[in-house]
Amino acid sequence: MGRHVLLIEDEANITEAIRFLLTRDGWQVDTHADGADAVEVIRRAAPDLVILDVMLPGRSGMEILRDLRDLDGFRDLPVLMLTARGQSRDRDMAERAGVSRFMTKPFSNAEVLSAVRDLHAQAQRT
Amino acid sequence: MASFNLMVLVCLGYVALLFIVAFAADRLAATGRGTWLRSPVIYTLSMSIYCTAWTFYGAVGYAARSGLEYVTIYLGPTLVMIGWWWGLRKLVRVGRSQRVTSIADLISSRYGKSNLLAICVTTLAVIGITPYIALQLQSITHSFAIFFAEEGVSGYGEATVVFWVAAGLAVFAILFGTRNLDANERHHGVVTAVALEAVVKLVALLAVGVFVVWGLSGGVAETLARIDASPIGEWQVNGSRWATITFLAVAAFLCLPRMFQVMVVENDDERHLRTAAWAFPLYLLLISLFVVPIAVVGLDVMPAGSNPDMFVLTLPLSQGKEALAMLSFLGGFSSATSMVIVAAMALSTMVSNHLVMPIWLSARGDRASVSGDVRKVILLARRISIAAIMGLGYFYFRLSGGGTALASIGLISFAGIAQILPALMGGLFWRGATRIGALAGLTVGFVLWLYTLLLPQMGAGILSQGVLAQGPFGIGWLRPEALFGIEGLDPIVHSVLWSMVLNATAFFAGSMLSFPSPLERLQGAQFVNVFDHSAGPRGWTGSVAQSEDLMIMTQRILGAREAQALFHREAALQGGRGHLPEPTPLFLERLERELSGSVGAAAAHAMIGQIVGGSSVSVEDLLAVADESAQLMEYSSQLEVKSAELARTARKLREANDKLTQISLQKDAFLSQISHELRTPMTSIRAFSEILRDDDGLSLREKSRYANIIHDEALRLTRLLNDLLDLSVLENGQVSLNMRSGLLSDVLDRAISSALAGAEGALVVRRRRLSETVRVTTDQDRLAQVFINLISNAQKYCDAPHPELTVSVHDVGDQVVVDFIDNGSGIPVEAQSTVFEKFARVHAEKAGGAGLGLAICREIMQRLGGEIHYLPGHAGAAFRVSLPTEARPIPE
Repeated sequence: MGRHVLLIEDEANITEAIRFLLTRDGWQVDTHADGADAVEVIRRAAPDLVILDVMLPGRSGMEILRDLRDLDGFRDLPVLMLTARGQSRDRDMAERAGVSRFMTKPFSNAEVLSAVRDLHAQAQRT
Repeated sequence: MASFNLMVLVCLGYVALLFIVAFAADRLAATGRGTWLRSPVIYTLSMSIYCTAWTFYGAVGYAARSGLEYVTIYLGPTLVMIGWWWGLRKLVRVGRSQRVTSIADLISSRYGKSNLLAICVTTLAVIGITPYIALQLQSITHSFAIFFAEEGVSGYGEATVVFWVAAGLAVFAILFGTRNLDANERHHGVVTAVALEAVVKLVALLAVGVFVVWGLSGGVAETLARIDASPIGEWQVNGSRWATITFLAVAAFLCLPRMFQVMVVENDDERHLRTAAWAFPLYLLLISLFVVPIAVVGLDVMPAGSNPDMFVLTLPLSQGKEALAMLSFLGGFSSATSMVIVAAMALSTMVSNHLVMPIWLSARGDRASVSGDVRKVILLARRISIAAIMGLGYFYFRLSGGGTALASIGLISFAGIAQILPALMGGLFWRGATRIGALAGLTVGFVLWLYTLLLPQMGAGILSQGVLAQGPFGIGWLRPEALFGIEGLDPIVHSVLWSMVLNATAFFAGSMLSFPSPLERLQGAQFVNVFDHSAGPRGWTGSVAQSEDLMIMTQRILGAREAQALFHREAALQGGRGHLPEPTPLFLERLERELSGSVGAAAAHAMIGQIVGGSSVSVEDLLAVADESAQLMEYSSQLEVKSAELARTARKLREANDKLTQISLQKDAFLSQISHELRTPMTSIRAFSEILRDDDGLSLREKSRYANIIHDEALRLTRLLNDLLDLSVLENGQVSLNMRSGLLSDVLDRAISSALAGAEGALVVRRRRLSETVRVTTDQDRLAQVFINLISNAQKYCDAPHPELTVSVHDVGDQVVVDFIDNGSGIPVEAQSTVFEKFARVHAEKAGGAGLGLAICREIMQRLGGEIHYLPGHAGAAFRVSLPTEARPIPE
């Protein structure tokens, strides 16, 4: 299993920071900034892990996740969700939608790194 | 000589006899026996209370003084009974079908149950009758005094005797007049005792007459000779006095409360009137037969100066006929007592029903109407009223000094009572008579009677000689005894003429000018057409109801099972074999009670009445049904109103709740947005600052770039916080505006240079400076803030290759309009309505701000008394700012 991460995030600076962190940790990072076609992008890219922002232009991260989980072969794909709204309701919604890990912005770099590593390791074990 | 003790003994014995007779009659009536108690003879005899002590003793005195004029007193009732008994029958029919308890009740009932009228009549009656009662008491003392004078006793306690007589009469009236509360107000005991007294006084007067004619004069022929020789025998007729007094006697006979009591209230059977029509005039004839002989012989025999009013008593005494004198005394005593008892009863009914009870009921509130103790209260009120009326009579007697002032009371009293006549006759025979008319007539008549007769005749101390001679305040035509300048008339004639004429006129005019209420009209029809409406008294006697019909009706009201159970029960109670009970009065009463629980008392009575058929449904019944329905409808409409109110309140609460929910949701969304807008730059700042801190061999270029990102994001945070604070201040209305006058072009200059400063984008701003020289009074810094925002937006979002922003100014009267139109692709239609909302961002990918700018602009323009809105229909983004040129009060 490869170390391919797809980052879907509309804030350019945050995208750049995460790309920097993961690339340095040895991941191959692709990015996408629009929500509308995100499901299709993920399906085509077939990454090992997705980092998904909730508030995206075009389509919300929650909907993207729900659609993704309906796709064959993407049911167990590790998805790390990031949100800046930080309300418990969002966490519940995300868990129902089938999120693998849910993190609130602002996060520490170490948290993101360990989350990505953990999720990847879990996916490899199963 | 008649012994004093014997007389007291006879007197007490007679009183005891009256008590026994009354008691026995009550017992017989209560047990349903003694049908003779309800015979026409008793009825006729009870009417003899018309003949009081004033007639018993006074007629002789009257004849001795004024000749045959006394006949007029008997002539009035005789005319009524013989010539007009059908009119009397109408009065009796009305009184009984309406269950009238007194003359006041009758008048009030006729004119729409007006208690005010009842109070008027009651007051008039009490004022008119009280002196009359005093007169009766006086006659008793006079007769006592004559006996004592014969005995040689002087200075006996006159007042004491009168007091005890009055007290005794009060006890009698209370005992037999208020024993119980009979719905029909019949008092057999009292009526029987009164009938007995009628016999006693007739026998006494006849005995004295026989004694005078055959014992003293020596036969009929000699007596006639004496009469011819006497001045009394001369036929002196004062036409106006005769007519007036005959009229007064007619009026009094019809209107006197005590006559109304025995004739109408105590009447058992209308047919008794037929008997009374000839029997009562006969009685009057008999009682007046010997008046002239006694007067003539008395004047001959008795020493000069002796009181002719007492001849009936003094003639036998002077001849040593003590037994006859005693009988005569008892006759006079009977006349006085029977009048006082019945008058007190009749007046007490009026006083308690129309004065005491209304006050008591209103004082009690509405609790009393349902409680059973009303009976007791009514009885108590009657008893107290009797005692009070008797007390009034007694005090009047004491105050008047028992002198000659009382002598003329009879006619004065008649004249007062006669004031009721127009209202009574109008009520019985004229449907157009109204309450206002009756009130007006009664008031006018009452006042005139007081002013022209009662006060001048009795109130020597009330009306001064000056007033009598010159009129009040010297107004001659207002002299009480010569009203409107008509002089030389007999005072009685004068007063009756004026009071009756003006009374009738006021009654007529008032009736013509006023409009009767529906109840009045219906009652009027009931009274005037009483023979069409009523078929006798209420109650379910002699019914021809079919039990089947009753069953069908009952089923309809109670339901089949209930009705059958009720009828079975009743049938079993009656002991009959059938399933249906006989329609006995008892059963009908129980049925009515049962039904009234479901449909109300009035409706139940009306329904049974319809089926029983014997008595048609009276208008009053129908009105009562209507009243009940109206109450129900009012109650239900009240419920409807209440339920509508509740619904309204609930809706308001729901709306308030929705609004609160909405506000709460908006607040949540707002907080969520703020959180997002704050956390996003903070995320970048934290991430890059950690990267810089860890510094794992970053290139200088990278370090510089990341530091710049941190700086930009920090600035973004600061802008956001500033915007938030600004918006908060604007929304709370805490902003202080610095209004001053200036040129619009200056504000635009400042805004454009500020917005374009340090911007690398080449936005071209096109202006027409000539149109911009408009002077505005406003907060120029805030206006510039709006302009800067719009220009910056164009700078940020205009997607044309060569972005241009056209600023055009139009001066429209007291408003100035500034349009900002760029040449980009504009704002999508679906977003145009929300651009002014907080955090509404159209161009996500170019998000430079937090999306608060236009929201702030809108708030500012509102504070400045203007507005900002999107201008659709242009290719590029187009915003229009309009504001007043002069400062004006700013809407909150």
